[in-house]
Amino acid sequence: MDVILFLIFAIIAVVSAINVVVQTHPISSAVSLIGVMGSLAVLYLLLGAEFIAAAQVIVYAGAVMVLFIFVILLLNAGAETKRGRSFMVQLLGVPLLIALLGLLVFFVDRLFPRSVTVHFGGFSGGSAQAVGRALFTTYLLPFEVTSILILIAILGAIVLARKELD
Amino acid sequence: MDAFIVISLIKIAVVAFVLLTAVAYLQWVERKVIAHIQLRMGPYRVGPHGLLQPLADVIKLITKEDMMPSYVNKPLYLFAPFIAVCMALLSIAVIPFGPTITVFGYQTNMQLTDLNIGVLYILAASSMGVYGIALAGWASNNKYALLGGLRSSAQMISYELPMALAIASPLLVSNTLSLKELVGTQSGNILHWNILHGPFPQIIAFLIFLIAGFAETNRVPFDLPEAENELVAGFHTEYSSMKFASFFMAEYLNMVTVSSMATLLFLGGWEAPWPAAYGSNLIPSAIFLVAGLTALYHAANPARKMDKYTLPVFGIVFLGIAGLFLLPLVQSWLLPLFWFCAKTGVILFFFMWVRATLPRFRYDQLMGFAWKFLFPVAMLNLLVTSFLVAWFS
Repeated sequence: MDVILFLIFAIIAVVSAINVVVQTHPISSAVSLIGVMGSLAVLYLLLGAEFIAAAQVIVYAGAVMVLFIFVILLLNAGAETKRGRSFMVQLLGVPLLIALLGLLVFFVDRLFPRSVTVHFGGFSGGSAQAVGRALFTTYLLPFEVTSILILIAILGAIVLARKELD
Repeated sequence: MDAFIVISLIKIAVVAFVLLTAVAYLQWVERKVIAHIQLRMGPYRVGPHGLLQPLADVIKLITKEDMMPSYVNKPLYLFAPFIAVCMALLSIAVIPFGPTITVFGYQTNMQLTDLNIGVLYILAASSMGVYGIALAGWASNNKYALLGGLRSSAQMISYELPMALAIASPLLVSNTLSLKELVGTQSGNILHWNILHGPFPQIIAFLIFLIAGFAETNRVPFDLPEAENELVAGFHTEYSSMKFASFFMAEYLNMVTVSSMATLLFLGGWEAPWPAAYGSNLIPSAIFLVAGLTALYHAANPARKMDKYTLPVFGIVFLGIAGLFLLPLVQSWLLPLFWFCAKTGVILFFFMWVRATLPRFRYDQLMGFAWKFLFPVAMLNLLVTSFLVAWFS
């Protein structure tokens, strides 16, 4: 059951991810990206990280992508026009892609020993309590630094928006 | 395992049937309530007191011609109402209507499933619901629909923040994310409900949650996405027949979700206001007894011609329900269900009351209210709550 669900959502994620690049209209790409985020959330859930899964849907599929779509609607962006690919792309695109995939397979095979397999639902530190405890003890400094970083980004956005007004 | 699957399927069927019927009748109740507030009769022609009006509406919506305007983006145009109604239906899966009960020797929760991240699940489902409206507005290829979709997504992003902050404070008091356990921490009497419970009563969070809930469901006074004097019908201008009905259903389902969330988070869910030892289990019977006697009294002095025939029936039904609440056999699950439905119903009535009385906000007022008032107040409330919870624990 777990394997079947994993395969279904892994395929949805990959197909949507390819669709993000292939689609010419920004809205279609954005909707495909939501599909990627949603299936990733299901994969997290299958592994047993329920808090991460919920956060993935709320933050990425919910908030971030709504903002993307909002901006696309606001600018009323049209479909992009496909221009002919350059000679170099036509010549080197497919070989380079195959080389990249080969490298990825090679490193995954080397770095992760075959004896350790993935257990669906085996991850026990995924509850809201465990994540909260980890954030406020082990990872307190990175967590606080990240929040300062976000605060600076917000201040920067306000400064930029004010400049526009004057 | 098999028993679990069978029981779950039965529960899903019952909940889906009751919920969809309730949503259809919510429309009838809303029209009646608004009509009476405005000194009108409301639906009265189809069936006694217009009770068959929802059925007539459903038949009308199904049999209407399903128009597909040209120049729409077909996949997204068809996908949008589907996603709106799906996301609205999803949330009901984790809402508990009562405690664990025993049916024919089999223990089960009065809830489809008890997730330990139930609150986050509902937030996730409601945040995905925006897409239905935003994509409908865009895919319709209509300027009014686009503006409606834009307004709606901006409004929902803005009001999601104070809503999430308002939800966080009762969670701090109750110390759990599971909706079932959340109610468990509020049992006892009315003083243990999160809205009144120490160390810091969550009355401010409750008000913020309700206001944000009005905005999230696009209801008056925040119904700018469908402001008819500016935008025709907003995001669903180009939709007809059942596709239009899906948006309607989604709105009412979201109303039910927000009301039940308010009940569970702040008003103690299915718990009675005071213990059964002091007679709280007699309240439902008393209410239905009064309702039944009132109906019978008006049947004896009919104001309208048909009242002689319809009101005695209502009176007898109400008296029967009053008697049902006294049976010890069904009391264990009927009483929690009554309290849950009563509290949710009061909040739903409040939704309708507000719709009948308040005018619409202006758009800049709407945004200013969310960011300059609601958000800071919710933040402050969360800070004070977390400080006091840490202090007293």
